[in-house]
Amino acid sequence: MAGGDRQGGKLMSSTIAVAHELPPGVHAAPTSFWRKYIFSLDHKVIGKQYLFYALFMLVIGGLLATLVRWQLAWPGRPIGFMGKLAPEGMPNGVMLPEFYNSLFTMHATIMIFFAIMPILIGAFGNFVVPLQIGARDMAFPTLNMLSFWTAVPGAILIIWSFFITGGAAQGGWTSYAPLSAVMPRGQTIWLISLLVLGISSLLTAVNFITTIINLRAPGMTFFRMPLTVWALFITAVLLLLALPVLSGAMIMLLFDRVLGTTFFLPRGLVVSGQALTNAGGGQPLLWQHLFWFFGHPEVYIMILPAMGITSEILPVFSRKPIFGYRAMAYSIMGIAGLGWIVWGHHMFQSGMNPILGTTFMISTMVIAVPSAIKTFNWLGTLWGGNITFTTPMLNALSFVSMFVIGGLSGIFMASTPVDIYIHDTYFIVGHIHYVLFGGSLFGAFAGLYFWYPKMFGRRMSETWGKVHWAITFVAFNCVFFPMHFLGMRGMQRRIYDYTQYAHLKGLQPLNQFMTISLFVLGTAQLILVLNFFLSMRRGERVGPNPWKSNTLEWQTSSPPPHENFSEIPVVYRGPYEYSAPERGADDHWPQNEPPTGRPATAHG
Amino acid sequence: MSREALPGRRIRIGFAALVAAAAPSLASALPIWMKLPENVSTYGGQIDGLFRLILWITGVIFVVVEALLLFFLFRYRHREGRVPRYTHGSNRLEVIWTIVPAAICVILALLSRRSWAEIKQNIPQQAMNIEVTAEQFAWNIRYPGPDGKLDTSDDVVTLNQLHFPVGRAVVVTLHSKDVIHSFFLPEFRVKQDAVPGMTTRIWFEATRVGHWEIACAELCGLGHFRMKGFVTVETPEEFDRWLAETAREASS
Repeated sequence: MAGGDRQGGKLMSSTIAVAHELPPGVHAAPTSFWRKYIFSLDHKVIGKQYLFYALFMLVIGGLLATLVRWQLAWPGRPIGFMGKLAPEGMPNGVMLPEFYNSLFTMHATIMIFFAIMPILIGAFGNFVVPLQIGARDMAFPTLNMLSFWTAVPGAILIIWSFFITGGAAQGGWTSYAPLSAVMPRGQTIWLISLLVLGISSLLTAVNFITTIINLRAPGMTFFRMPLTVWALFITAVLLLLALPVLSGAMIMLLFDRVLGTTFFLPRGLVVSGQALTNAGGGQPLLWQHLFWFFGHPEVYIMILPAMGITSEILPVFSRKPIFGYRAMAYSIMGIAGLGWIVWGHHMFQSGMNPILGTTFMISTMVIAVPSAIKTFNWLGTLWGGNITFTTPMLNALSFVSMFVIGGLSGIFMASTPVDIYIHDTYFIVGHIHYVLFGGSLFGAFAGLYFWYPKMFGRRMSETWGKVHWAITFVAFNCVFFPMHFLGMRGMQRRIYDYTQYAHLKGLQPLNQFMTISLFVLGTAQLILVLNFFLSMRRGERVGPNPWKSNTLEWQTSSPPPHENFSEIPVVYRGPYEYSAPERGADDHWPQNEPPTGRPATAHG
Repeated sequence: MSREALPGRRIRIGFAALVAAAAPSLASALPIWMKLPENVSTYGGQIDGLFRLILWITGVIFVVVEALLLFFLFRYRHREGRVPRYTHGSNRLEVIWTIVPAAICVILALLSRRSWAEIKQNIPQQAMNIEVTAEQFAWNIRYPGPDGKLDTSDDVVTLNQLHFPVGRAVVVTLHSKDVIHSFFLPEFRVKQDAVPGMTTRIWFEATRVGHWEIACAELCGLGHFRMKGFVTVETPEEFDRWLAETAREASS
């Protein structure tokens, strides 16, 4: 029995007077506009806030990518209106190299920290976790509110940095020292912004871990938890342990920049003909070790929740149990464990001892195994099912098929000799986009279509959802698959003008094709935006459980009431009992339906 | 075997033979961007070989997985009255699809380890030594003078001009003055970061004479994209003549 009493089985929202006596996770329903929609304590509202935040930043990140790709397709060709919008970076609309460097740096930073992480963890995590474990809210609602409102200044800072002298950070999202120590002021803003955002993520991680351990409904044992909860639980653990390392490194870099310390600055540095007086004693590779010690778990932080969402959706629309539930949970743990000993594969060519490279190659090859296990179990789930192609399902299937490409291309760079050639080329860029767009973002789309009815009580248009999916899927592959070819030709990443190089001659038509495909991909997202907003008003109204799903969030109204459940549910079985023979024609079996057939509650 | 199966089998064999026969000519008909650039270093062939091996292995896995996925989606698409298979998994399958990928990955790691050791660990003793110091945004290249030793007064220094003789191992000692750069010779399959405060040694050997380029592969600032150098591989006689001439020009 996990925490049912502590949540107060029958608390009603009208008991404002005793608010201070409420058990953890429970708070009175807000009455004012500010407390209801802005400084809300309700995990559902905070989840939606994160959703809007992430979608907004996703648009910004996408627009930055469009500018990057414009330059790669037609190097030096002016864009008239950009001359007015960014006169310093693009005088008369012609892009300067330093502005190009800012664009890809900010594209990656915004997508990773301000779009993918908030949508998967902030939005879906917040909205879904308490509902799926049968809790009334997060364990620390005030902390949850603080998480979101700490993330907001982070975003404001990072966008503001475009408008300061010298422009936004230009050191790449990895910000390798010593370059990042000698770059203009935008880098300082970048560091402060991510430090602030890091606090937000830490608060979130603590909240998730506490909530999942303590607030599970009676009967919701660990191995009855939906795989989304498993994924977010492990993600939160990774966040809690990885982020402080990044924050520490960023504080050191910030000190190097503003206080004259030399953590990353070796003796004898001469930058632009001037000797750096404060340099000496530092080690540039230390930044890379610290950054990637965080950075590789970070990759899994961004993919595990999407894996969880996919594992949630495939059984629902195949109408059969997930294949190998325990293998799925253990492989998440396996990935999370191995994720700590693979960071050196980002540093094979860094000058790190080559023998160390060999050990990191072996651990990296091994981490491919849990991902393979997950993929085969997803296939096993589809095998023998009764599959309907709804929008969440189409996006979840895209996740599976595209993640396979992203996973397999990783084996190339895991092999140290092959990595000599493809390291820092577009092959890597292709790989990361198959994981983060083909993986994380398709997972996020799947989650959005899947939980939208629960969030807003209405369904998004299936027709337009399918149009959006089809164009996105095709255009995505046209943009990102050719990156592998560019990498095979040796095209370096992060270069403003590749036409300079003899070995990159003849690649411009391919680059133009990719950029035009990106225009299509970007335009298709307008369909999603319109569908998202218009459906709030016009979408078809749905009942509590439109997908006939077993998990607890579907056993309460859509959208759920302030305290989620009128009475705390009791859990009798695992989350994916679809088409059980003893149920006859009814192919679903809610987790809280007692064996006798009558729904029970903790006190009922 | 039944008689009906034969034509199908013949077609399949014929198709396979056709593919096998056409594969080499297909490869040469591929557009330039679907091929690795020419390799001109002694160990580059090993890297390309591993690349192709991994491409084949992952290619087969890719086709099998995606084909299975599409087949399941088609075969088990929704039909009224279809009863889904109520199963929670199979331990035997879990063991198989844990061990097989693990075995493939370990084999790939072992194969890679040998080449990696040869390329990055076992630097030849008998070799020509060149020192390359990277800075924003150029390559300073230093050759031993007549005394055959580096860091002496008769050293020959060039900017962005890397010359070396064909058929002889070259060891490059890499430094950086300011930020991290990466010394990338695409056609030689050579890449190594140049890190300030660190000395890194790499080696390579050209298999033919010709002209190529050095590219910077690590973001190093606003001029990163134009941090280009020029590689000239010559016969030993031509190289000696070039070095003597360059030394004379520098001293005059």
